[in-house]
Amino acid sequence: MTRAAWHVATVAEVRDETPTARRLTLEVPTWPGNEAGAHLDLRLTAPDGYQATRSYSIASSGDGTRVVLAVAEVPEGEVSPFLVHDLRAGDQLEVHGPLGAYFVWRPGGAAAGAEASPLRPVQLIGAGSGVVPLVAMAAAHDEGADATPFRLLYSVRTPADVFFADELRAFAEAPAPTRLGLDLVYTRDAPAGAARPPGRLTPDLVAELAWPVEQRPRIFICGPTPFVEAVAGWLVAAGHAPEAIRTERFGGA
Amino acid sequence: MQHVDGNALAGDLADLFGVDLTAMIASCAHCGARGPVAGLVVFRTAMGSVGRCAHCDAVLVVVVEHEGRARASLGGLRALEAAPVQ
Ligand SMILES: Cc1cc2nc3c(=O)[nH]c(=O)nc-3n(C[C@H](O)[C@H](O)[C@H](O)COP(=O)(O)OP(=O)(O)OC[C@H]3O[C@@H](n4cnc5c(N)ncnc54)[C@H](O)[C@@H]3O)c2cc1C
Ligand SMILES: [Zn+2]
Repeated sequence: MTRAAWHVATVAEVRDETPTARRLTLEVPTWPGNEAGAHLDLRLTAPDGYQATRSYSIASSGDGTRVVLAVAEVPEGEVSPFLVHDLRAGDQLEVHGPLGAYFVWRPGGAAAGAEASPLRPVQLIGAGSGVVPLVAMAAAHDEGADATPFRLLYSVRTPADVFFADELRAFAEAPAPTRLGLDLVYTRDAPAGAARPPGRLTPDLVAELAWPVEQRPRIFICGPTPFVEAVAGWLVAAGHAPEAIRTERFGGA
Repeated sequence: MQHVDGNALAGDLADLFGVDLTAMIASCAHCGARGPVAGLVVFRTAMGSVGRCAHCDAVLVVVVEHEGRARASLGGLRALEAAPVQ
């Protein structure tokens, strides 16, 4: 595990991720690389010295000095509207990281600190911007041509709100051994031809779309706190071992 | 205010200890519950963060920053164990 430190980051590129979220690509010359699922703390300093710090998951992983974030606007928020609307290429930020030894996936079929156990599949479950660290895991799995069976269950309001839609589609179309099983559950508007009408995730739907208990999946759940706690509770009630479930709560209303 | 979890303590604790504590197992001095630091119930404010036991709500960890220096109170913890090999 690389030691975390404060780094100066320069915004290399900004682009719209969804109508309410922005993808930020940072160039961090001193970045030591990061594991898939890690996050960083981002600090903004106002001209009067006032500082605000927030955590953001990293959508990229590996050795490079490019760090990809995706930030959803929380209306009335202190930091996210600035990152989504005002930040420009060339701007500088302070970032602290890489952070998180718990909510990371290591290629070779092992979760943090674990030996390889390639037979246990991995189930990723995310909602909204909570998919960001899961995208890093799916990308590491894809790039490493890792044979661990991987599925992502992604709850999202509408088709336009899908983060990293092109990347996820490409992972889901990869050759068989590394292909990502991708299930999108639309809560508000589903596209024509969707597998099911829009609606919230339910215990039954999670049981239908996630790896079954008998396969002893390692599970990573990330998103708004109420979502994470509800889904983790359903999985435990369905018989999944609590130790097999790793969670990351983003907060939220 | 909606809580987050112990993953959000990673940065503050790394500043102090130089390592990532989130995968370590914390036990609560009040009720004895054990679980990863990442599983604590965490409330963050501009002042700092408070981490509570997910089982009994006792305060386990308080991290604050004062004049640019971090300070952690760990009085609610009975023990910290190395991350388990899973
Ligand atoms: C480990 C970790 C990783 C995270 N990764 C990401 C990420 O990859 N992308 C991302 O967009 N966000 C992520 N977040 C959330 C992020 O840290 C901020 O909480 C979010 O950007 C809101 O900050 P703000 O300053 O705009 O709002 P604030 O000024 O802090 O809050 C304004 C209001 O919005 C509410 N609120 C706070 N957070 C949320 C939220 N997440 N959703 C809805 N309402 C909220 C608050 O309760 C408050 O009422 C992560 C959080 C954690 C703990
Ligand atoms: Zn307790």
